[in-house]
Amino acid sequence: MTVTFTKPHALTDIPFHYCPGCTHGIVHRLVAEVIDELGIEGKTVGVASVGCSVFAYNYFNCDMVQAPHGRAPAVATGVKRARPEDVVFTYQGDGDLAAIGMGETVHAAARGENITVIFINNAIYGMTGGQMAPTTLPGQITQTTPYGRDVKLAGYPIRVCELLSSIDGVASAQRVTVDTVKNVNVAKKAIKKAFQYQLEGLGYNIVEVVSTCPTNWGLTPKDAVKWLQDNMLPYYPLGTYRDVKEGIL
Amino acid sequence: MGEKVLMKGNEALAEAAIVAGCKHFFGYPITPQTEVAAYMSKRLPKIGGVYLQAESEVASINMVLGASASGVRVMTSTSSPGLSLMSEGISYIAGSDLPALIINVQRGGPGLGGIQPSQADYWQATRSSGHGDFHMLVFAPSTVQEMVDLVSDAFTLGDKYRMPAMILSDGMLGQMMEPVVIPENRNDKPPEKSWAACGHQNKREHNVVNSLYIEPHVLEDLVRERFEKYSEIKRTEQRAEEYMMDDAEIVIVAYGASSRVSRSAIDAARKEGIKVGMIRPITLWPYPDKYIGEAIPKAKVFLVVEMSMGQMIDDVKLAVNGERPVEFYGRTGGVIPTPREIHQKVMELAEGVKQ
Repeated sequence: MTVTFTKPHALTDIPFHYCPGCTHGIVHRLVAEVIDELGIEGKTVGVASVGCSVFAYNYFNCDMVQAPHGRAPAVATGVKRARPEDVVFTYQGDGDLAAIGMGETVHAAARGENITVIFINNAIYGMTGGQMAPTTLPGQITQTTPYGRDVKLAGYPIRVCELLSSIDGVASAQRVTVDTVKNVNVAKKAIKKAFQYQLEGLGYNIVEVVSTCPTNWGLTPKDAVKWLQDNMLPYYPLGTYRDVKEGIL
Repeated sequence: MGEKVLMKGNEALAEAAIVAGCKHFFGYPITPQTEVAAYMSKRLPKIGGVYLQAESEVASINMVLGASASGVRVMTSTSSPGLSLMSEGISYIAGSDLPALIINVQRGGPGLGGIQPSQADYWQATRSSGHGDFHMLVFAPSTVQEMVDLVSDAFTLGDKYRMPAMILSDGMLGQMMEPVVIPENRNDKPPEKSWAACGHQNKREHNVVNSLYIEPHVLEDLVRERFEKYSEIKRTEQRAEEYMMDDAEIVIVAYGASSRVSRSAIDAARKEGIKVGMIRPITLWPYPDKYIGEAIPKAKVFLVVEMSMGQMIDDVKLAVNGERPVEFYGRTGGVIPTPREIHQKVMELAEGVKQ
């Protein structure tokens, strides 16, 4: 019998706790497929961050470390500097990476830490129940912006890939999404590149995945995808923002 | 090395750490610990080690967490305000059962305080170096030589008990020069760390270094287990030096820099026939309360001397448990007490003892 579909080895058998329609599951799978294809599970150390994806340490079959909120890039730096032969990735949400951990993120990028960062941008704090994130869109209603995000009061959303693309230590910065089969394929290629560049020792790599949070957006999974397409993608354009091999600087 | 050399406390500490097998250092500049980082930045690259200057103490302690999680011997050093920033990471390190050496070369506080020597971080070191139920090993050297010796012990015991360890130094001990013998290569190999997240090489199940336990009973069991370990440490790892304690009626309790000044005051008072001695805690956690307890029968009064408004005195009172009066003399804010001040306090107490 021909096997046409299997679970990647780099994923454990523990069922995901993620909500229906949440894109964490797809991204976890893509990361795991890439780890399998590159044959690096045995030398990979993942760093789970605080947020919905903290339990990533249960889901990935490689060695895992759980970092304090926002500190995943610093923890990853510690692992990578101590074990340069290992492949080290972080898996961070927008609150973790772009609010409490922005300092660690910018400086890990500036040092050109040879790591891979998977960045889930769903414009909201998921685990704590839907508060405003640094990536929450202007006017977007959240638990802590009940009248919509007023930029005069709460400031503007941060476009992380654009911000990091000016830093010399960044080897690659690409924004993708997983709303369609085509885009899932693009996302996988970006994730694979972000790991390959680490294997080549090129520096800091980030893949920003524009993601859904149907539960905290108050939408059905289907409507959440549409909301992402109508609202997130115009503010967060997909594309490659930096790629040292392709000369995109 | 192996021969007697004149070294600053901070530099001797750094060299001792290297000799003890530590090749990974992450830190952030702050006075008065600067020489530790400067020394490491010079030496570590030459021996295949890693020196990395982080963007903050918050980052440096988390780099320590990552390096320790991957199984290597690792340290950081800072001074008081920096330690406050590290407290989050220290809690996670303790909650993840990771060893790590943290140096606090104390300066005056609170706030930005000052840059002169202080012992006002005692509570922070022994009580509240982060959120949650945990302890770390805390060592208090009083000479440059002892600094060197304790660095090695702190690494060894941190590895043995899988917990963070601190050297509680201060600006005086860090900055002063004394003759010191740095031992030849101690060959102090860390134990096998089968728990480390360093890549499973497809030879074992994946390791997870984690401090999150969402089920209350699971977390409670884990914390209780950790506290059983702490009880064992309290039984077996208490350390203190006794100075002129054979017949002491006045018992000074002082550690680190203030113990040095107290020693001079004791010598002066002894010449005047005063029966005064000192218990000098070397471990601040576990607190050497056995030594205090053994001194109670002969003691008439305890005198705690600190460079703070009185923090360690709490532990002395707990150990004395109301059986004797516990007096205090302290200077704070970066002021070092003089031998004369302490001597005077001893003479006052001697009058009281006579009556």
